[in-house]
Amino acid sequence: MTGRLESDARLLYTGADWDYRLVRKVFDAIEHIAVDEMGLNPYPSQIEVISSEQMLDAYSSMGMPLFYRHWSFGKHFARDEMYYRKGMTGLAYEIVINSNPCLCYIMEENTMTMQTLVMAHAAFGHSHFFRNNHLFQTWTDADSILDYLDFAKRYVSECEERYGASAVERVLDSAHALMSHGVHRYPRRQPLNLKQEIERERERRRFEEQSFSDLWRTLPRRETEDGASDPDLDARRASLGLPEENLLYFLEKRAPRLAHWQREILRIVRIVSQYFYPQRQTKVMNEGCATTVHYAIMNRLHETGQITDGAFMEFLHAHTNVVFQPDFDDRRFSGINPYALGFGILQELKRVCEAPTGEDRRWFPDIAGNADTLGTWKTAWAEYRDESFILQFLSPRLMRQWRLFSVLDDTDNDALEVEAIHDETGFREVRRALAAQYDLARHEPDIQVVDVDLGGDRRLMLEHRVLDGRLLEERNTRMMLRHLANLWGYPVSLTEVDPKSEHVLNTYEDVEPELRLA
Amino acid sequence: MVNIVDRRLNPKDKSLANRQRFIRRAKRQILDAVRDISARRRVGEVAQGEEAIRIPSDGLQEPSFRKGADSGIRRHVVPGNKEYRAGDAIPRPDGGGGQGPGGSGGGEGEDEFQFTVSRDEFLDLFFENLELPELARTQLSKVEQQGIQRAGFSASGSPASLNLTRTMRNSLSRRLALHRPKRDEILELDREIDRLERSGKDPEGLRELVRRREALTRRSRLIPYIDPIDLRYNRFVPTPRPISQAVMFCLMDVSGSMTEDMKDLAKRFFMLLYLFLERRYRHVDIVFIRHTHVAQEVDEETFFYSRETGGTLVSPALEEMERVVRERYPPAEWNIYTAQASDGDNTPSDNPLVLRTMEAVILPLCRYFAYIEVGEERGWKAKTPLWEIYERLVAGGHPLALRKVRQRADIFPVFRDLFTPAQLRS
Repeated sequence: MTGRLESDARLLYTGADWDYRLVRKVFDAIEHIAVDEMGLNPYPSQIEVISSEQMLDAYSSMGMPLFYRHWSFGKHFARDEMYYRKGMTGLAYEIVINSNPCLCYIMEENTMTMQTLVMAHAAFGHSHFFRNNHLFQTWTDADSILDYLDFAKRYVSECEERYGASAVERVLDSAHALMSHGVHRYPRRQPLNLKQEIERERERRRFEEQSFSDLWRTLPRRETEDGASDPDLDARRASLGLPEENLLYFLEKRAPRLAHWQREILRIVRIVSQYFYPQRQTKVMNEGCATTVHYAIMNRLHETGQITDGAFMEFLHAHTNVVFQPDFDDRRFSGINPYALGFGILQELKRVCEAPTGEDRRWFPDIAGNADTLGTWKTAWAEYRDESFILQFLSPRLMRQWRLFSVLDDTDNDALEVEAIHDETGFREVRRALAAQYDLARHEPDIQVVDVDLGGDRRLMLEHRVLDGRLLEERNTRMMLRHLANLWGYPVSLTEVDPKSEHVLNTYEDVEPELRLA
Repeated sequence: MVNIVDRRLNPKDKSLANRQRFIRRAKRQILDAVRDISARRRVGEVAQGEEAIRIPSDGLQEPSFRKGADSGIRRHVVPGNKEYRAGDAIPRPDGGGGQGPGGSGGGEGEDEFQFTVSRDEFLDLFFENLELPELARTQLSKVEQQGIQRAGFSASGSPASLNLTRTMRNSLSRRLALHRPKRDEILELDREIDRLERSGKDPEGLRELVRRREALTRRSRLIPYIDPIDLRYNRFVPTPRPISQAVMFCLMDVSGSMTEDMKDLAKRFFMLLYLFLERRYRHVDIVFIRHTHVAQEVDEETFFYSRETGGTLVSPALEEMERVVRERYPPAEWNIYTAQASDGDNTPSDNPLVLRTMEAVILPLCRYFAYIEVGEERGWKAKTPLWEIYERLVAGGHPLALRKVRQRADIFPVFRDLFTPAQLRS
């Protein structure tokens, strides 16, 4: 009886209702587990309570609390609102912003248990991931993103006032279309300052003097038949920084006809796109991390008697829904659920660390039985992205459990072919194929600016390096080239090239700009 | 220390500006869709609530460079293998590699976009179609004044609105059901006890009677005459303020010379008149009368969409209207508005009768009579027979508005006449 009373005293809350005092108390309890016991390293949090309408609002502009205005957000809002009101979709329980402090939106309709779950998930799971994953560290600046968005919003609305809403809209339309081709995929050097620039120049001259050899000068020049070694072309490419895969960056810097403010808008869209790039590369891991963290925290809260059995059941119910993965032939199947996959892999990791089988020791010799689940998790969260994470950690046991199989879809054949299944001979292949599915570089067409006809009509030439024989979808491509031409101000052409044979597979001839933006 | 912020009181509709931009962007498509809807809606339903509209998505696409589905090789890793082994062939599911084991998702571009416009947005767009001036738009879309109206009874309310009849009825039925002793019953007992006491006989019976009397008094004390649960109050709800009622007669020539376009113009005219009337009157009835050489009251569907053949006589329509008024709409209780749409034809022999009926019967009944003539410009022979007759009536000072309507923008000026205060009319 006394034990019962004691455990009751430890309870954080009973019942479904919540208030600010309770939210704070529960947050502190979660923080104790997450930071003191698990050693997580999240950003400080700011919990914001919003209504469901505000959640809908937040949906429409990429989940960001403040954003410039554009009709496409209105379009998404109109659609989301209709789906929501017709009961076709529910709302997310939370939205979390990669910022410092980390903003977590929680909905007023949620029960106290759901608020607990959401805080554990977002304010500790996601937040830890944002703060520690190397992609986020390299590409995003959590301290200043909100300030930057505020600047962007003001800048765009000032432009609307000064140059007219439709002029701004045209630039934004084109920029949004190119958004996924507005990221630097590899980190660049820091911008150099002028002193360093002079230093570099001197050094280059010194190197040329030292390595000068008259012998080279007398070598006959190669005939420039194939174009690749045309010195003019090389010089031009070098001066324009070609080839360039970041189309927005290229246009911002090189498009001849754009006004200053138009370049700035391209830059804004590009920076936003760059900010979201890590999120697109780490969906499975990010959700996996957050789900794993909330699962651990909720279990711990229950173990220590801080939440009731009823609350724990409610949590399990919600959790099970979140990590549900239907089979491919199930009516509910719509691809692989990133929550389920991420959570599944991380739970497997825990098992491999704590109770490995012989198979695990063969597959994961360096971590099997190391008894340091948390450390292993944290390393994974910090140093991988979806593709490498799956390639490294998807275990044969999970593949068996999920009965994963890989299907080859070759449009030249009438039938699909099962390439590999969850058996000893297929594990590696299935794993490789699944990892590749999460490789954005494979997923998105590799399109580069290769040349500009500076002597002639200033035509911008693009090249699509075709992967696996997959050509671009034509209707979209035509619209995209129109957008590119509008920004560039002169005709644009695109060739699709097989990278192995350098054969041209398809060409889109000069697409003229439809309107002059400048 | 965690920071908890309540954002619920922040302004809602943060995305309103985006929505307005979207509607402006899709204006042409939305206007087309609204035109279709207003053609489909009944006259009386034009101002009804929100509507899900579907618009083609040209100009609304957000293109991106994406790989097509019809070339090259793709691999899909999916869960839930039941029977397959490596090397098995699976017949390609319908729709290329869209669904099934290849469920790649990520839609291949949408052709249609569906969303909901609110009532206000709908009306705004409807007016836009009619090219209404701003002022009239605000007048029309303004929500009418609210008044208070009785609406049944409630169990709570202010003492002033206590409904005595209901309350007493409840009280009575409760007293009956619980067998509350009647006053007469107790008085009767008193008399009996009195009699027995005085006679001194039957003390046993006396004691019994006294006990019964005590039980009755106790019972009547326990079951109150009026209990709080009996109380009923008159309930009032805010309703649009009743101004009055109106009936709107729609007369239309449906003979073969009226084309679908003309009918569509007429329908818009009727819709707009209805909207105006709805603002002014609590209740608006609509009567549809079509005519060729015979006239007939019909429902809306028949009115707009059924085809009739025959000559053109206007007077039967006027007579039919007079009949309906006589039977159902006494002019003392109803404001009568008439809207007539025609291409202006009439059989010459009928003209004198039309003039007479209008002057003697119809116009005295009507608060207003609007005539719109739809159709082609007639060149040198500008005046149609009907127009000539009506012009004579206008000259005689009758409340009659005449307009030729060739396109939708012509419709509104008719209403300017109709709703300009009398003293401002020239």
